[in-house]
Amino acid sequence: MDPAITPLGAATVPHVAPKARLHWDEVRARHVLLYPEGLVALNETAAAILQLCDGLRPVDQIIATLKFRYQAEGIERDVTALLQGLAVKGLVTW
Amino acid sequence: MVRPLWLLAELTYRCPLQCPYCSNPLEFAGGRFKNELTTEEWCRVFREAHALGVLQLGLSGGEPTLRPDLEALVRCAHDLGMYQTLVTSAYRLSKDRLAQLKQAGLDHVQISVQAADAELSDTIAGAMSYDDKVAAYRYAKELGFPLTVNVVLHRRNIHQVAELIALAESLGAERIELANTQYYGWGFHNRAALMPSRKQIAAGWDVVQRERQRLGKRLEIVWVLPDYYEEFPKPCMGGWARSYLTVTPAGEVWPCHAAGRITTLQFENVRARSLEWIWNESDAFTRFRGDAWMPEPCRSCLRKTVDFGGCRCQAFLVTADAALTDPVCSLSPHRGLIDAALTEVELDEWTYRAAPASRALAGNG
Repeated sequence: MDPAITPLGAATVPHVAPKARLHWDEVRARHVLLYPEGLVALNETAAAILQLCDGLRPVDQIIATLKFRYQAEGIERDVTALLQGLAVKGLVTW
Repeated sequence: MVRPLWLLAELTYRCPLQCPYCSNPLEFAGGRFKNELTTEEWCRVFREAHALGVLQLGLSGGEPTLRPDLEALVRCAHDLGMYQTLVTSAYRLSKDRLAQLKQAGLDHVQISVQAADAELSDTIAGAMSYDDKVAAYRYAKELGFPLTVNVVLHRRNIHQVAELIALAESLGAERIELANTQYYGWGFHNRAALMPSRKQIAAGWDVVQRERQRLGKRLEIVWVLPDYYEEFPKPCMGGWARSYLTVTPAGEVWPCHAAGRITTLQFENVRARSLEWIWNESDAFTRFRGDAWMPEPCRSCLRKTVDFGGCRCQAFLVTADAALTDPVCSLSPHRGLIDAALTEVELDEWTYRAAPASRALAGNG
């Protein structure tokens, strides 16, 4: 399915695209998403979201897990914005 | 502290292809590059690069698959978590070999092609290689590699942009890099036989824009302009010694793959020094880092944080002084040298990149 034409819904099951790899950058103490000829530096929230994008969990479960873990508001917005942004780059798919 | 993200490992300068635009040094066949690093030495380079902050590793050459220990090198870098791209001509690259490289942890394959049809591609490469390439593209896809088709454009193949994109599309590639020749190494030597016309470039760019529209996300089309036709220089390597380093076959370390030509810099070798010292302390890496070295018109220019004064190698090749503004810049007092190159007599013959020519040219510097 092409994420550009399929909207992200509660039941959508996202995963990191095969060409990309989540990596802990020890030297800079941050997560990065590596892909052909590039990388995206991730903040703590973005890394936590992507670690849950295992191709098994739907979006509503990812949000519930993060809400429980961080007890924070606005998680839905963060998840949607990150996944749609990375989907445009072809780095996350569903 | 400035830390590198990228390492280009030029594993060997041996290559079965003889492309006349090759960025390797003219003197690639000489003693300076002959005594190739061993498996253990490369693994140490990877460990030191990783400790410095390198996350992206390019395995290149020459032809990297000529190293029988390539799988061992991939395994070593994979254990460090580096994202690895193999940059290959795919000459005689079998599916078994690719499968072993995948198993060892290779992430991405970039295979060059010299033109969209066998006859022209083999003519430019100076070797029968097109069929091997097309076979290897298929193997790479079958094995699940993300695939980049890499084409260097010049006067004799730039008319094939549409056909090249169609080829990449038919192969199921993720990316096609349509990179106009950069004039270093053999490309600089053969400049008069390679330089496309402004009209040819405009026609190529029209096709790229149309095809991007049509293909959308299905195929990423990277288009690299020939900077001689630009008004301002490229932000070469994102700035000198800011994020990138190249280790050459016998262990010399350069801030980019063309820098070895700058005879006024002192280069160090991983056999004598740690990569950390070379990155932080050596003459070659510190000379043009930051902006304190900049002359006018760069020094007072607002664009200096955008293009970093352009390319040091180009300044050296064209003006014989690596510390001047990139002559491509319209504000450079040396821009006339670039304009002259654009109007120089077009040569029909080029010199193929081959060991005998390399030895003959090395004497001329």
